Amino acid sequence: MNAHHDDTIEVERYELSSPSTYLFEMERRTFLAIFGVLGSGLLVAATQARAQESGRGGERSAPTDVMAWIHVNEDGRVTGYTGKTEIGQNIRTSLAQAIADELHVPLDRVSLVMADTDLVPFDQGTFGSLSTPRMAPVLARAAATAREMLIDRAAERLGAPRASLRCDAGQIAGGGRSVTFGDLVKGRQLTGVVPADAPLMPRSAWKVRGTAAPKVDGRSFVTGEHRYTPDLTRPGMLHGRVLRPQGYTGTLATFDDSAARAMDGVTVVRDGNFAGVVAPSARVARRAAAAVKAEWTVPDGLPSSTTVYDHLQGRDRSPSGPSSTTAAGRGSTPTQTGDPAKARAAAARTFTATYRIPYIAHVPLEPRAAVAEWEGEKLTVWTGTQRPFGVRSELATAFRMPEERVRVIVPDTGSAYGGKHTGEHAVEAARLAKAAGRPVKVVWSRPEEFSFGYLRPAGVIEIAAAVDAEGRLTAWEFDNWNSGGSGIATPYDVPNVRTQFHPADSPLRQGSYRGLAATANHHAREMQMDAIARALGVDAVEYRLRHLTNDRLRAVLQAAAKAAGWPKPSVEGRGLGIACGTEKGSYIATAAEVSRTDNVLKVERLVVAYECGAIVNPDGLRHQVEGAVVQGLGGALFEAITFANGAITNGNMAKYRVPRFKDVAPMEVVLLDRQDLPSVGAGETPIVCVAPAIGSAARALGAVADALPVRFV
Amino acid sequence: MPSYTLRINGKAHEVEAEADDTLLSVLRDDLDLTGARYGCGEGQCGSCTVLVDNRAMRSCVARVSAVAKAQIVTIEGLATNGTLHPVQQAFLEVEAFQCGYCTSGMVMATVALLRTNPSPTDADIARALDRNVCRCGTHARIVKAVRLAAERLRAATPSAGADGRLPPSPLGFGVPSGEPALPRAAQEAQR
Repeated sequence: MNAHHDDTIEVERYELSSPSTYLFEMERRTFLAIFGVLGSGLLVAATQARAQESGRGGERSAPTDVMAWIHVNEDGRVTGYTGKTEIGQNIRTSLAQAIADELHVPLDRVSLVMADTDLVPFDQGTFGSLSTPRMAPVLARAAATAREMLIDRAAERLGAPRASLRCDAGQIAGGGRSVTFGDLVKGRQLTGVVPADAPLMPRSAWKVRGTAAPKVDGRSFVTGEHRYTPDLTRPGMLHGRVLRPQGYTGTLATFDDSAARAMDGVTVVRDGNFAGVVAPSARVARRAAAAVKAEWTVPDGLPSSTTVYDHLQGRDRSPSGPSSTTAAGRGSTPTQTGDPAKARAAAARTFTATYRIPYIAHVPLEPRAAVAEWEGEKLTVWTGTQRPFGVRSELATAFRMPEERVRVIVPDTGSAYGGKHTGEHAVEAARLAKAAGRPVKVVWSRPEEFSFGYLRPAGVIEIAAAVDAEGRLTAWEFDNWNSGGSGIATPYDVPNVRTQFHPADSPLRQGSYRGLAATANHHAREMQMDAIARALGVDAVEYRLRHLTNDRLRAVLQAAAKAAGWPKPSVEGRGLGIACGTEKGSYIATAAEVSRTDNVLKVERLVVAYECGAIVNPDGLRHQVEGAVVQGLGGALFEAITFANGAITNGNMAKYRVPRFKDVAPMEVVLLDRQDLPSVGAGETPIVCVAPAIGSAARALGAVADALPVRFV
Repeated sequence: MPSYTLRINGKAHEVEAEADDTLLSVLRDDLDLTGARYGCGEGQCGSCTVLVDNRAMRSCVARVSAVAKAQIVTIEGLATNGTLHPVQQAFLEVEAFQCGYCTSGMVMATVALLRTNPSPTDADIARALDRNVCRCGTHARIVKAVRLAAERLRAATPSAGADGRLPPSPLGFGVPSGEPALPRAAQEAQR
């Protein structure tokens, strides 16, 4: 399914580490164009953070890897330009904090232009928890460079020695005189490039970073004034709707649009397997789409949500044929240390299990939407996406035009969680706009979101572990079919390890999700560690610590255990469980307290200990941790896509339950601030241990299935 | 096409719509009042919540014909002369949102809750907002914001009666005495 599409985003989907592929020529032109538009001021181009690591006295040549730029205008206002998108994770605020801090200007004098492909340098996308570790230092370095350039100019202007000057609140003072940033750049076009050795403030000197700054533009959210993509209008804009098969797949077989064409102002578009309508209002578009008689043929023999696990392991195909031939070869090389098979043969006890992970949906409350507008040969699309440049590329490919003629603008978006990496809705709006000769808005319905977006991959995980006579792990074999390689490596010290990810042919469209496969891999691993500790009669925390040398992981595990009151639940009769792990450079331990009524599992209390290096915005970090944990509750307790015969059978919010107020247990978050370590992204990792904490807690009250969601058997 | 006069945020609006068109579509598409968001279209997520005769209502499942005689208040009508409603102010101060998409609905549902229950317990809040989905997981802060708003509203209106009912709305749209007669669609949406 979607074979071609899958190939194009495979790397990012599983690894989120594909190299940047943009052309510098374009960047420079854009850079100069911006400067042209802004007219005067100081413009500093920022290169990758790693430039600093190349050492002092690094190259001063033209930037070949511009990641962001900063402009100081004649009013002394500062604007940062970045391709990152604001999807609720609040980087519009935290990135502005980094700039304000280094430039010594009040936070309200800094704004960000984000994710407008005509105005910002290329960016891979907003995912992988990389904005804080990568983009914040880049902008900070650019701001620091701007500050130093301004101090140079001030020294000249004031005729005072550089060392005697003080930079504060957007002005530079010395020798009894002062000059504002605005005055220093007035009528000038100054450019700078961040040198490889650009000095950054030490963590101890942070004034704005490290504080809980209020969310930039927060007011526009409580007044409803903020315009998400579905709220945008353009002059002369029409409304589009795409015709869909009954299920998630199908080939357009018959098509009768006579009734729709007869409707006032309605245009019907048919292009291969694509069909859609355009109308003066969204309501008429809905009626017109309903008036088209279209039939779609659905292939036979598609897997269902019960047969999919055999399908992913290739067990539903003929035994002579190789399994998953199309996808095999990518990521399927095992990582091995020692000889696990031999160790298993010599072991005192072995523990094997097979864990099943279902597909789950992101359900961002803002559905996919796009407004497309053609002006001659130029296409502009407003859309909520985590990958503005990726969507630009999709549009350029779809309409066989150069990327320079496509502009993608991302309004601050109603969340994504990894679910908005692709731009099919943008292509749809652009196709309809092209046919209509007017701007067109397409807003997906919630059922469209479920059936035609993409899902977190389903997976099968097999673990074979072995222990010696003392109960120490001697072998660990871990095979993951389809859900992905993130977080697949065990952090525990085991002498003989084999780890393997087996890509498979997914019947449903699948892609990125908050935490990616780390959630599945952590669930299986931590549930298995818990099972082994239980079987050996060893305390689950103690058992883990015996196999852990990583101090950061030990620290969060011990912190969570302590805060949770391990090993006793706070109320008798409840179960207490714990899990820990590391992903994307940060460390997490989660403890859960659960109760059982008949077969119903209820989470009563959660304790999270988290460490992600130096904390930039403590309030924002807490927000991200709490949010990730709540999202994790859904996958742990009830989320699972069901499907059969080519259709998703619970594809709406009445049937697909996401966490609600009554599901959210009291939560205690312990943040370990490591000021001596670089900050790493925090939006994802806290999700990975929620399910195994709950699952192991539930085991105290009865046997549970080796599957997600957690349920008693 | 039939035409309706809708009373929204204290103003009358003439709109042409089919009887079964939803209030949400009229608000968003005809009147450009986009603060009520589309999230699910089936009354499940609460992003489209507005007040209809002071009761929280899912505008995505309310037929326009059923609310034609009602007083409708949307998020755009809460602030007065640029001063935020205490519930908005509390959400802003507590920063009870991440992406903000659910916020309009949360705020409107909270205004409705505090009108009938000025001193809600956490359990009352969870019950009242249970059908408003926050996908970003900001629940704890939303509860905090509701508590803060309740506190401030109580302080600002010491005359709240023993029945816990607040005096007429400071919004100036008039509050009918007693239990407002709810249109059927609104009652359905309440459930």
